[in-house]
Order: sequence, then C-alpha cells, then structure tokens
Amino acid sequence: MAELKTWKEIPIGGLTEAGSSTRFLTGNWRVERPILNTEKCINCLLCWVVCPDMSIVVEDGKVTGMDLDYCKGCGACAAICPVKAITMEPETKFQR
Amino acid sequence: MIAEKTLVAITGAMASAHAMRQINPDVVAAYPITPQTPIMMNFTQFAADGLVDTEVVTVESEHSAMSACVGAAAAGARVMTATAANGLALMHEIVYIAASTRLPIVMSIANRALSGPINIHCDHSDTMAERDSGWIQIFCENAQEVYESTILAMKWAEKENVLLPVMVNQDGFIISHAVENVELLPDDVVKEFVGEHIPHAPLLDVEHPVTYGPLDLYDYYFEHKRQQIEAMKEAEKVFPQIAAELSEITGNEYDFIESYKLDDAEYAIVTLGSSAGTVKYVVDEMRGEGKKVGLLKIRVFRPFPVKRIAEALDGKKAVAVLDRSASFGAEAPIYSEVKSALYTVKERPILQSYVYGLGGRDFTPEHARTAFERLIKGEFFEGEGYLGLRE
Ligand code: SF4
Ligand code: SF4
Repeated sequence: MAELKTWKEIPIGGLTEAGSSTRFLTGNWRVERPILNTEKCINCLLCWVVCPDMSIVVEDGKVTGMDLDYCKGCGACAAICPVKAITMEPETKFQR
Repeated sequence: MIAEKTLVAITGAMASAHAMRQINPDVVAAYPITPQTPIMMNFTQFAADGLVDTEVVTVESEHSAMSACVGAAAAGARVMTATAANGLALMHEIVYIAASTRLPIVMSIANRALSGPINIHCDHSDTMAERDSGWIQIFCENAQEVYESTILAMKWAEKENVLLPVMVNQDGFIISHAVENVELLPDDVVKEFVGEHIPHAPLLDVEHPVTYGPLDLYDYYFEHKRQQIEAMKEAEKVFPQIAAELSEITGNEYDFIESYKLDDAEYAIVTLGSSAGTVKYVVDEMRGEGKKVGLLKIRVFRPFPVKRIAEALDGKKAVAVLDRSASFGAEAPIYSEVKSALYTVKERPILQSYVYGLGGRDFTPEHARTAFERLIKGEFFEGEGYLGLRE
C-alpha cells in the first residue's frame, strides 16, 4: 500500500482524482464466476446493459467474455440473458 | 466609503430574500416550512419577476433540498437555501455532508422549536442540534442584522482556506415575520462586496475531473476531519477582515460578540438572537437606576469565540447565561460553552444558567430584570433556572 499522507497533504473535502476506482479490483469479492457460452449467445448485449461493473467485454458488437479484474460475480448478466448463455459457477472451481 | 442606503419597512424574512436577490446565487433549492416559508416565497417572487438569474429548484423535501444544494455546489454553482425546525432536522444527514465536502452554501434558518409536541414558534433547538455539523453559525438580533449577516456569510463561506457552509439564524416569527426598518445597500455594492464565485473544484470543469464523495475509511477519514477543524480556525482568523470590509460600506460593526454597556458592568447577561434586544432595553432601564449591568451578545456561535467571551466576562461579579433550547440530562448549550470558556480566566464570575422561550414562549423585560436582580442580590442556585415557565 502507498505511503499514507498527512492531513496537510491531501485534497480537502474528501475529493480524490477522477477514475481512481480502476485501481480498486472488485473482482476480489467474487464468489461465483460468470461463464459465457459463445455458441448459445445471440449478442443481444442485454448483459452489457445490466452489468454494474462494466465487466462485459464487447468487441465488434460481440460479447467475448468478462473482465474478471472487476466482475464481482453478482449474476445480473446470467439472470437477464434470454438464451441462458451465461452460467454462474462457484469460484472455488477455479482455484488450484 | 459608506454606501447610500435605502430605508425600507420589511420583515426579517424579506431582509433575507433581499440579501439573496442581491447576491444572485446560481442555484437555490428549498422546500417550504413555517416560519421559513416567507423567505423563499419572497425570493421566488424575485426570481419569477426576472430580478435574479437563479435556477430555483423546488424539491420534495428538505433532505432533497440540501442534496440538490450539495450537487449544485459541487458542480461549481453559488448556492443558497433556507429552512427551519423539522426541515433542518430532515436535512441533518446532508448538512454534515455539505460541510465535510467543503461546499460554501449559505442557508437562512428561521429558528423554530423541534417537534414534539408539534410547535411552529421560535426556539433554538433546531440549529443547536446542528452545532457539531461543521457549519459556521451566525445569530441575528433583528432584521437589519439578518440582511447584513447574509451578505457577510456568502463572502465568509467562499473565502479561500475556509470553504465552509454558513447558517444565518433569525428567530422564527419574532424576526422573520415582524416588520422593522431595514437599510438596504445598493445592488451593485453588494454584488461587488460578495464578488465573483470561483468554485474550488467544480465537477463541471471537465478538464480537471475530480471524484466527490468517495468512501473514506479509517486510513483517511480522521485526516479529513482534522482539515475541517483547521477550516473553522481559519474562519475565525479571516472573519475580522471580512467584517471590516463590510463595515466600510455599511458603517455598522460586526464582531463575534457585541458588548452592550459591558465594560464597567459588574453583572451581565449572555444571550443571542432577538432576546438581546429585550436585554438591552432592560440594561438601559437598570442603568438609569444606577445598577451596573451589561449584555454580552453572541453573534457567531460557530466558530465559538472562546477568547473573546473569556476576555469580556473576566472579572465580572456574576453572569446569567440564557438559552433558548435545553439539553436534556446536561447543561444548556450556550451556558455549557460559556462556562467552559471561563475556565482559564483570572477572576471567574459566578454563573447562572437560564432556559427561556421554548416553543415561542414570550421573553419579556421582566424575565431579564429577574435574572439581573437575582445576580445583584446574590440569590444563586444550583442547576438551571427557567424564565417564563409556570413552576
Ligand atoms: S445477454 Fe446473453 S445472449 Fe445477450 S449478449 Fe449477453 S450473453 Fe449473449
Ligand atoms: S456477474 Fe455481475 S459483475 Fe460479473 S459480469 Fe455479470 S453482471 Fe457483471
């Protein structure tokens, strides 16, 4: 962790620089991991709309996967998917 | 140079509204509540008449009013609002957020008793509940002070290194609804005095993006509170300069406290708000009878002017401190703080605590006289006394 600063060294009002949340990896919180089945996916992008962490990765209009640094495993994408192309798997399955 | 003033007969609420009109804030968000309502009623009339450029946001509650004020101030706007009593209580959460986010919002309060039982009349329980919120708190004796304090408040709030919100308190109904002579400054003089608003870190400055209101845990919250403590000290430091600047155009004096026939007094009353006027009247009467009595009026309650109060009361024989609110199970707020301020003085006066005027109960000259006469006769008692209560 970075050196902690004194009250004289930090911005007033609790302000911080914009976009600092990118340094906070909410993926650490994940208990279940979304697994995408690209064969079932019809690329309706509803999962992209509902994901609260902007973790649905889309390339050329197609979903290619999830950004696991930030995906906190809420399951919203799996719940919204009209063709059940996303399943939630226990994170323990992926640990060695 | 003292500006040419216009003498008008207006209420305290209208005095607030005129100050707001002349300050011409970018955003005003408010919700009506007695006895604050005429402040906003008059101000929104000015807005409807095109006399201000203000965006008036009519919200659905006071919690929303202060939330809208916080948002607008963070965006970079100059922001004002007004409330009273339960409205202020409903704002409470966001009142703290405004101060800790260092947003220089100016809010008029028409002081009213907090429910329950429900009551619409004056006491200071509403604003005293906010005394640790981090806001500067000014108390006014009359409509003229309301007008000038509001103008002063805007400049004080926005001062670099201060950046704190300010509450300008006027006694509900007693000041807010009573018509008095008020001298108004010319619009351009007020405009020049408050100056242009240069926001600290506006969200709308997209070239310099910032995050407002992030999570602040055990590693930095304490440091941010220390900064607020420092801001209050800074507020105390810069006040005399701003006061002097306003004096130059109004010819009136502004100080943390006002001493009325106090210098050679042996017995004093300490109070704030409209009751100070009543006490002055009694001081004059009793001086006529040869009694050495005087008044210490507190105008700025936060930052609390400890040294000034200590100096002013050092060596007095006995002092009665009047509170228009109670602290259940503890000493009343002004008494408790005045007592604490006197801890280090050389000649500590005997102190008496009186609670008066709760829920709009009249405070009469007889009450002030009773307090003075007991001091003079040495009729001291333990605990707090009550003026105007049926015992
Ligand atoms: S909601 Fe389902 S079908 Fe639609 S894009 Fe996402 S994974 Fe594909
Ligand atoms: S599980 Fe939640 S956070 Fe992760 S990709 Fe799906 S919607 Fe986004």
